[in-house]
Amino acid sequence: MSRAIAVKLAGPVLRARAEGPFQLRESVRVGPDRLLGEVVRLDRDEIVVQVYEDTTGLRPGIEVVGEGAPLSIRVGPALLGRIFDGLLRPLSGAPERLAPGLREAPPSRFAFTPTAVAGEPVAAGASLGDITVAGGRRLAALVPPGVEGRLHDIRPEGEYGDDEPLARLATAGGEVAVAMSHAWPVRVPRPSRRRLASVTPLVTGQRILDSLFPVALGGKAAIPGGFGTGKTVLLETLAKGCAADVIVYLGCGERGNEMAGVLEEFPRLDDPRTGRPLMERTVIIANTSNMPVAAREASIYCAITVAEYFRDQGLDVALMADSTSRWAEALREVSGRFGELPGEGGYPAYLASRIADFYERAARVETLGGRTGSVTVMGAISPPSGDFSEPVTSHTKRFVRSYWALDAKRAQARFYPAVHPLQSYAEDSAAFAPWWSEQGNPNWLALRRRFLTLLDEQSRLERMARIIGKDALPARQQVTLLCADLVNEAFLRQSAFAPKDRLASPAKQAAMMAVAGRFVELAESALARGIAPARIAGLACLRPLARMGEDTGEDELARLDELRGDLESEFAALVPEEAPA
Amino acid sequence: MKPRLLAEHAATGLEGPLLFLERTPEAGLGDAVEVTGPDGRARLGRVAAADRERLTIEVLESTAGLPLEGTVVRFHGEPLAFALGPGILGRVFDGVGRVIDGGPPVAAHRRMPIDGLPFNPVSREPPRDFIETGITAIDLLNSLVRGQKLPVFSGGGLPHDRLAVEIASHARLPRRAGEDFAIVFAGIGLAHDSAEYFRSSLERGGALERTALFLNLASDSSTQRLLTPRFALTAAEYLAFVEGKHVLVILTDMTNYCEALREVSSSKGEIPSRKGFPGYLYSDLATIFERAGCLKGAKGTLTQLSILTMPSDDITHPIPDLTGYITEGQVVLARDLDRRGVYPPVNVLPSLSRLMKDGTGGDYTHPDHPALASQLYAAYARAAQTRVLASVVGEEGLSEADRRYLAFGEAFEQRLIRQEGPRTFAESLAVGWRLLQDLPAADLTRLTDRQLQEHLGAAPGRP
Repeated sequence: MSRAIAVKLAGPVLRARAEGPFQLRESVRVGPDRLLGEVVRLDRDEIVVQVYEDTTGLRPGIEVVGEGAPLSIRVGPALLGRIFDGLLRPLSGAPERLAPGLREAPPSRFAFTPTAVAGEPVAAGASLGDITVAGGRRLAALVPPGVEGRLHDIRPEGEYGDDEPLARLATAGGEVAVAMSHAWPVRVPRPSRRRLASVTPLVTGQRILDSLFPVALGGKAAIPGGFGTGKTVLLETLAKGCAADVIVYLGCGERGNEMAGVLEEFPRLDDPRTGRPLMERTVIIANTSNMPVAAREASIYCAITVAEYFRDQGLDVALMADSTSRWAEALREVSGRFGELPGEGGYPAYLASRIADFYERAARVETLGGRTGSVTVMGAISPPSGDFSEPVTSHTKRFVRSYWALDAKRAQARFYPAVHPLQSYAEDSAAFAPWWSEQGNPNWLALRRRFLTLLDEQSRLERMARIIGKDALPARQQVTLLCADLVNEAFLRQSAFAPKDRLASPAKQAAMMAVAGRFVELAESALARGIAPARIAGLACLRPLARMGEDTGEDELARLDELRGDLESEFAALVPEEAPA
Repeated sequence: MKPRLLAEHAATGLEGPLLFLERTPEAGLGDAVEVTGPDGRARLGRVAAADRERLTIEVLESTAGLPLEGTVVRFHGEPLAFALGPGILGRVFDGVGRVIDGGPPVAAHRRMPIDGLPFNPVSREPPRDFIETGITAIDLLNSLVRGQKLPVFSGGGLPHDRLAVEIASHARLPRRAGEDFAIVFAGIGLAHDSAEYFRSSLERGGALERTALFLNLASDSSTQRLLTPRFALTAAEYLAFVEGKHVLVILTDMTNYCEALREVSSSKGEIPSRKGFPGYLYSDLATIFERAGCLKGAKGTLTQLSILTMPSDDITHPIPDLTGYITEGQVVLARDLDRRGVYPPVNVLPSLSRLMKDGTGGDYTHPDHPALASQLYAAYARAAQTRVLASVVGEEGLSEADRRYLAFGEAFEQRLIRQEGPRTFAESLAVGWRLLQDLPAADLTRLTDRQLQEHLGAAPGRP
């Protein structure tokens, strides 16, 4: 390990005289508190170090020690169910107020059952045995990428620390010890055998997403929205309800109270799929807005590296990043400090490629060990002034396939999720029609198109109504407005806090979609029979329809059939009024 | 605190707020210093950079009148700190924590650094429970929760000063009458008359004795302005987490703070970002706003209600924009309501309290409160849409249903938003239900059948 002595300090940047070789981007420890830093420039015998933590109190003359490797984190079984700071140091057990120099996670002990046999060759990504973690869940003890050879020896069944060598491999480069966890440089994507096409959506339980703008398993979605449009609530709802095996939740430059809320709520909620506490499938990484900015830049890479580790276990992982704008701003701040030439909006010119690098790490893959796993990335964006033409939103738009634009107007009317149906899109939707057929919704694509057309017509008609008055619109267009309202109120609105409506299974979504679709059909045929729009608007079934999401639990889906029956009979009872003589 | 070190005859240069010293042995980054010139006035400063030969001191007050020879620098040996004791309530301080009410200094029990280290999210208790402000638009529709940070977005000439004083005077914890409640009121960059208004009206209303008042005047230096919220919040943290009180911090006006930050940043030659504000405006504001909250095992809580004036009433201006991204909602004041004589002129549509769900409902206010608020919002949003329609086609061009919403919108502003004196929560609730009675029950889809029957006496089937 090389050493250096600090000669100049200014803010989070320091210069040090090197007494040994350093590499660019090498991770270093600064001063008596061993603050984390990174070498950002080499200049003859001097190095420039960016410190990730608050530098208050540091003095010239302190020691800087190189770690010999780029910024790395330890990935392993000790991640699940815990909360870490942006540099993956555990926050539980840390002091009430976070002083710089947090300690690394102490090793935890897990039960290990070997499955590999000494003497056999093992390749990277292979499993040496099973690790049992909280809730009886099993993870594989993976041979890290880049390591392969003959298994020299392996420890017997028992309990071991996650950093204790379990096995020794004879590799071409000499003997390598493998533990349950291993270090991985965060800025380097973890390798896989190949990327797989995605044919199924990640079920989120949110109707407007699953039914209108689905995201693929292993896909990437962006959620731009001004402040107060419900980004965080939506992301938290997704973290609670989406059908993934592991959730990595990154609070990047966001509120401390929100993190506290997540920490309090998740252990009490159940994973909708396994019935186990939600926290057991969750890893939280928190760099709140008042924590050091430089660590914020690194936090997003830590989060995706953790997600990739679980992907390599053959699991479906969902990564929620709230918010990528804070990460981009951290990038801007760090870049500015080094005097780099600013580009659009003051961001460095490499912003677009950094965003691309991040989202490209989302994928459904065949892992090195031959399993199938995926990382789905959902990133919130906080555009300044809610203006979606700003650099982070517009660049991100180029790299994601699902785009869920949140709308301030909808949020103001407390219409949640405030996803704007006309500004959002999902490029993969056509590919999911077969999947929806299997879920009992063979007409999904047609209904989806019908709903979107209705909403599109609504926005045009409302503009027109503003000029000529709603009552002056022809009857057909009044019915269109009525149907669009119904799609919004009855189908798209979904309260994250209503116990029965928090999550909607594909079956419930299909049933509700069918009822709403049937209403549209019936309304149109009633119109053709000469029924006045006002009479359709006065039907008694409209109220139960508008409340069907909140009033119908997952075990009461039969009620939706009853509702549909009511619908049919009420429409059948509508007879044209006698034409005035 | 004893000044550890004195540096005389060490100044080698002075450039704007930066003072360069020949390096004196032991001083860490961020350490506080006192710079005294031959005029005998002590100016606060801190160590901004250090290398082997030279120390750079950032002086936090005007450097005019300082010579190189004869300037003495005292090192505190620690970052800026504030000496606090229970006696701070009822007292008036300047922006950097010096007593200015003519009374004796405050007996210090504890020194706390003014840049509080960030709270560990794990140690935070999620905010819960309701604070009654007496303002219906806040209590009923955008409830303030203990430990929340909820700013008021105002505009020049709007009655935010009056609102601040009224909230400071009437805020209470309705369910916990016996608990200690305290106010920390920080005026940032105030004109002399506003400072006087705050001081006298708090005194008159009797609120001053439970208040620690910090007054930074418009004529004080910009660098000092940057310290005012930090001193005030340090006092608030002391009251909340050492003394165990429920503290409401009112910071006004944060726009003056941001302007000062821009000024100081540009004097340091930093690259400006949006509208000339530094790129770190978000992080810097976060270090202030994030100091609200509740801690596990602590009796007290710290709630923030900051007031900022939106430059040209523009909510997309960087100051309100970044604030809205950090805080847990916002209360927006509107000029058109003010013009129509509605006080407090709260425009509820862009207003929001993100934590409302955690401090309202069953255990805290009334079980049906959240549904009522949601229904009032939906109806008022429709009324606002109808108003746009009516402004083009005229009221005659509207349908019967739309006309009813138009009337609802008017009643909502005149009977619910507008209020003469403070209302208790029960009074606010009653006004809300009364308003809904004028709307057809079939439209009230945010209410359950039971709520319709119980509060409005309406059968759900009624068209």
